[in-house]
Amino acid sequence: MTEVSVAKEDVAATGDLVVLKSVNKHFGALHVLQDIDLTIARGEVVVVIGPSGSGKSTLCRTINRLETIDSGSITIDGKPLPDEGKALAKLRADVGMVFQSFNLFAHKTVLENVTLGQVKVRKKDKKEAEERARALLDRVGVAAQAEKYPAQLSGGQQQRVAIARALAMEPKVMLFDEPTSALDPEMINEVLEVMQQLARDGMTMIVVTHEMGFARSAANRVVFMADGRIVEQATPDQFFSNPRSDRAKDFLSKILHH
Amino acid sequence: MFDFLQDYDLAGAVWTTVQLAVLSAVGSLIWGTVLAAMRVGPVPLMRGFGTAYVNIVRNIPLTVIILFASLGLNQTLGITLGGGGDFETINFRLAVLGLTLYTSAFVCEALRSGINTVPVGQAEAARAIGLSFGQVLANIVLPQAFRSSVVPLANVLIALIKNTTVAAAIGVAETALVMKEMIENEAQLLLISAIIALVFVVLTLPTGLFLGWVGKKVAVKR
Repeated sequence: MTEVSVAKEDVAATGDLVVLKSVNKHFGALHVLQDIDLTIARGEVVVVIGPSGSGKSTLCRTINRLETIDSGSITIDGKPLPDEGKALAKLRADVGMVFQSFNLFAHKTVLENVTLGQVKVRKKDKKEAEERARALLDRVGVAAQAEKYPAQLSGGQQQRVAIARALAMEPKVMLFDEPTSALDPEMINEVLEVMQQLARDGMTMIVVTHEMGFARSAANRVVFMADGRIVEQATPDQFFSNPRSDRAKDFLSKILHH
Repeated sequence: MFDFLQDYDLAGAVWTTVQLAVLSAVGSLIWGTVLAAMRVGPVPLMRGFGTAYVNIVRNIPLTVIILFASLGLNQTLGITLGGGGDFETINFRLAVLGLTLYTSAFVCEALRSGINTVPVGQAEAARAIGLSFGQVLANIVLPQAFRSSVVPLANVLIALIKNTTVAAAIGVAETALVMKEMIENEAQLLLISAIIALVFVVLTLPTGLFLGWVGKKVAVKR
């Protein structure tokens, strides 16, 4: 579906929220991102899959500049990603991020985790921020845990709080960096359900995951990466039933048949 | 046997020791935190300054620093720190300054080891919601670093309390100076040493035990 996304870029440039153009990155001698071109439209849910070490997490982290890039450009909502300082912080507030290891602030309660950014970055007053935090915690199903500390919650609950924390900033786009990879199997679904709901509500999402079920049911587009390159892009149906590249066929044969 | 104690203001001297320790502790906690922030910060110039400061200051004997504060800052450069012409006040303040500058280097390193216990993901998550470098440090990293630095900071504080005795070198009337006077005037060396040792144990032992308890209580659960 590479052709289609190129066409989309020409016709509806205003609909493009995240645009990566010939992005390159090295970790020492390792060329971890090689000439990445990727455009994500407003409201689109893009799932990035691929073998480990293929650069998909790095790709995700470059979009809010937790990883810097060596060359190329990244624009978000028409604005190029700033280098450092206040402008970068401002942009990051518009890009929600959910990590593999949750990364909830360990010394703050669940409620404080979700209000901190609203108060410190969005400059909301505390009461208003708490109301919104409680509403979001309710939405992800952990309202009862608001006064607890992260270490007292299960992994699935922590990840749902992390999603609420990101949503509290009213982001334009949400990045998910393997959000279920550190979870016990029985907790994966509760997190995926929240993400599916988010996708249905029209949130623009970039999801790095190994959950093929989620890719099938929630994604508009699957991006397959291997060895630092985007090998193939297609709708989930096309990709899973009829992958074109050998690399993708090989990958799918290894994960789908057991 | 303890009659001679009436001729000396031991209580006043101990009070001076406590004042020296408390003021220097507060000062070095503030300056040490600033130094630690510099050392983990993104600005190369500040990082360089922090590193140089710690490595120079912690390797100079405290006696040299205190003597320099008195002979160099005061008598040569005429700095009085607002003490007017009152030598007791000036020397007390110079001692606090010297102890603060010296102890800050150790506070900085205790805090920096605390900062290293905070997982990178904590700062990444904080940056990801749009907090600035200063906000990340003030709201996320330092609060967690302080909690895991309580026990090493208690060590620094105990060392500081005992280091206040160096202020005797510039004539501050704290415990060690009174001890010196007593030893010179009375034939009670063992008893005097025991009394002074006890004074310091009484000051430091509860400090260590209390901060050990605090350290456990505020520890961040992960």
